[in-house]
Amino acid sequence: MLKLENISLKIDGNPLFSKLNLEVNAGQVKTVMGPSGCGKSSLLAHLCGTLPSVFQTSGKIILHDKTLDDLPPHERKLGILFQDDLLFPHLSVGENLAFALPAKIRRHERHDKIEQALEEIELSGMHERDPASLSGGQRARVALMRTLLAQPEALLLDEPFSKLDQELRGRFRKLVFAHAVKNSLPTLLVTHDHADAQAAGGDIIAL
Amino acid sequence: MATTIRTVSLLPAFPFLTQLLFLLPIAAGLFGVLLPALGYLPDLGGDQFHFEVFRQLLEHPALLHAVWLTLFSGIAATFISLSLAILLAAMLSRASLSGNKNNKMASLFVIVRRGLIPLIAVPHAAMALGLAFLVAPSGWIVRWFSFLLMGWETPPEWVTVQDPFGLSLILGLVLKETPYLLLMILAALPQIRAQEYIRIGQSLGYGNLRSWLKLVLPQVYPLIRLPVFAVLAFSLSVVDVALILGPSTPPTLSVLILRWIDNPDLSFRFLASAGAVLLLLLTLGALLFWRVSEWLLLQKWRNWLSNGKRGNGNEAHKLAALSGLLLLGTAFLSVLGLAFWSLSLRWPYPHVLPQRWTSRNWERHWSSIQETSFTTLELGVIAVVIALILVVGCLENEQWRRVSFSFRSQWLLYLPLLIPQATFLLGIQILAVRLEMDGTFLLLVWSHLLFVLPYVFLTLADPWRNLDTRFPQIGQCLGASPLRVLFRIKLPLLLKPLLVAAAVGFAVSVSQYLPTLFAGGGRFATLTTEAVSYAAGADRRVIGVYGFLQALFPWIALLLALAIPRWRFRNRASLL
Ligand SMILES: Nc1ncnc2c1ncn2[C@@H]1O[C@H](COP(=O)(O)OP(=O)(O)O)[C@@H](O)[C@H]1O
Ligand SMILES: [Mg+2]
Repeated sequence: MLKLENISLKIDGNPLFSKLNLEVNAGQVKTVMGPSGCGKSSLLAHLCGTLPSVFQTSGKIILHDKTLDDLPPHERKLGILFQDDLLFPHLSVGENLAFALPAKIRRHERHDKIEQALEEIELSGMHERDPASLSGGQRARVALMRTLLAQPEALLLDEPFSKLDQELRGRFRKLVFAHAVKNSLPTLLVTHDHADAQAAGGDIIAL
Repeated sequence: MATTIRTVSLLPAFPFLTQLLFLLPIAAGLFGVLLPALGYLPDLGGDQFHFEVFRQLLEHPALLHAVWLTLFSGIAATFISLSLAILLAAMLSRASLSGNKNNKMASLFVIVRRGLIPLIAVPHAAMALGLAFLVAPSGWIVRWFSFLLMGWETPPEWVTVQDPFGLSLILGLVLKETPYLLLMILAALPQIRAQEYIRIGQSLGYGNLRSWLKLVLPQVYPLIRLPVFAVLAFSLSVVDVALILGPSTPPTLSVLILRWIDNPDLSFRFLASAGAVLLLLLTLGALLFWRVSEWLLLQKWRNWLSNGKRGNGNEAHKLAALSGLLLLGTAFLSVLGLAFWSLSLRWPYPHVLPQRWTSRNWERHWSSIQETSFTTLELGVIAVVIALILVVGCLENEQWRRVSFSFRSQWLLYLPLLIPQATFLLGIQILAVRLEMDGTFLLLVWSHLLFVLPYVFLTLADPWRNLDTRFPQIGQCLGASPLRVLFRIKLPLLLKPLLVAAAVGFAVSVSQYLPTLFAGGGRFATLTTEAVSYAAGADRRVIGVYGFLQALFPWIALLLALAIPRWRFRNRASLL
């Protein structure tokens, strides 16, 4: 369960939004909606621990009874997907996935896991491919799989559908939510798009 | 978690260490030169403070002329370089705006632009040596004229190289400083969105050059003021170029200082120190003069900015193309001349090509070539590696701790470039002798680092800061520690700027003459010190060997810096 208590973000003392309280259960999706510039991306960056210090923050982030506020970003186990797929351009498709896989998984198993993951997103045999040579939909799927391979305990979505065209968008939405349910991840979607918010199915909170 | 905190909390040490590395030798150097200038240097029997040395300096028969020559050549070289760089920058941005309208011109400017980069890598001394042959009365230019026009049987009796007015010195400096300033301007243009202003200017009916001068220049100048100051300070205090191209009786002040230091009578060190202090004062005075002139010019210029005169758009176009090509041509012929000489057995006047070719010049000096090449390489590589570690540490500190600019300001970074080398290096040498550190490799590397580090920082800072922060961010969210993010994501993504910064740093190290001479205590011979020391002799074949090698080293470094990322990322379309 992901729980936000009295979260507020300020720039120069001016709050971006009123104090936010929120609970997302495992396998559930909640949506935070608001116009562009209202602080949605900043909220998620704060959850990840990567918010620039120009912001002043208060409140508490709790994931499965663990307080995250004092943990460094790489130990928070929050998976995030952005509007852009942000596949590392210097790594191959397979290496992008391997980057996310925890180091304790060893050689053979690593290889198998990645092949399996590629198969799952219908990209078998694309291990050595340059990410730049994939289509937008394929890249989005790799980005999703990369996030999941890091074995996160919650999923944060920063408008990850907004750059895809209509048809892809519907399919990718379904895929993301299906994986969230399958892995019983608490999922927090932020968006300014009503269709995305509806499709998520869960509660909608306005910022 | 503890490990993260430890890695990240180590970071503030980097800017601290870097600033210490910078300030310590500069402060020590100034101190070390000021004391003897005031008569205090116990090792040589000076145990009282007095102004006697300065009186002696001011009464020196060569001083007045040397001061005049220094100021004239330094200020003229800076002014001409800046003017040319501005003219060329205006034309280059036009070429990229309307490339297809005027194809021939546009392609000329593409050549100029491409040729710039290798030009910048050529050390000053190599360029000066090549230029000396090119413009000498028995040099290449005269030989070509003589060949094409059936002219001079014997070389004309002009004095070109080492002319009394320092004109060839100015030309030598302009050849190197124009491309440097031009590159600085081109790098600053995107910051102020120059293209958009030019479009606005043009839509209001202003010609290209006028749009540039009236809209872009006032915005871009503050961004390149420090590089301009660095060029001015460098031109006033340069030693190697002045030794090769400058007049010798009397020479510029920095060369005069060097002669006093080389005087076997050690008491001349007092005079040299006083001269070095005077050189510092002259440089500060010239910088102040430049700043005041800027301000005065601006007062006059304000009206001109809004007087509505629009120009016809084609002014100075041909002039820019011509000067750009002349600049490139002169520079490349200079280096080519060195290469030819190094391979010639006999090349008497008025032949335009060597009569007989040979590899003997190389063979005869082979062991010395190997040795000096190795020292040059070793010194450059060590200085560059240290500089890269420090700079990456400073930039990481900036991002992790989210403090802006780890150097208190750009000024600190430019400090070693604004204070005359002769001044603080002499001070360092005097102190080093006291501390019995003179002529150590450590001191030598340190002295190179002072000049390598600013350029590495300036080359790397922008690409580093402009890297999409979401890449490291997403790396962390995927569970990678800060160190892993650095080594697996940031450094590979920034491979090209890293290597280019390394190549630039290496070129700077290769070109250092005075630091190698002073901090090395004369014990370390590099390609540069060899090339300059042979310059005094008359054997152009040996000069050719060392001068050409000196130009070759930075070129190879630059080529590698461009080729390695291309090879490494040959299968990564978005990084090519
Ligand atoms: N690094 C930063 N420094 C200062 N202000 C910022 C920074 N990042 C974002 N902001 C400001 O914070 C506000 C929220 O931005 P953001 O979270 O990106 O909004 P959203 O994702 O809802 O469009 C905006 O007004 C933006 O200008
Ligand atoms: Mg956003």
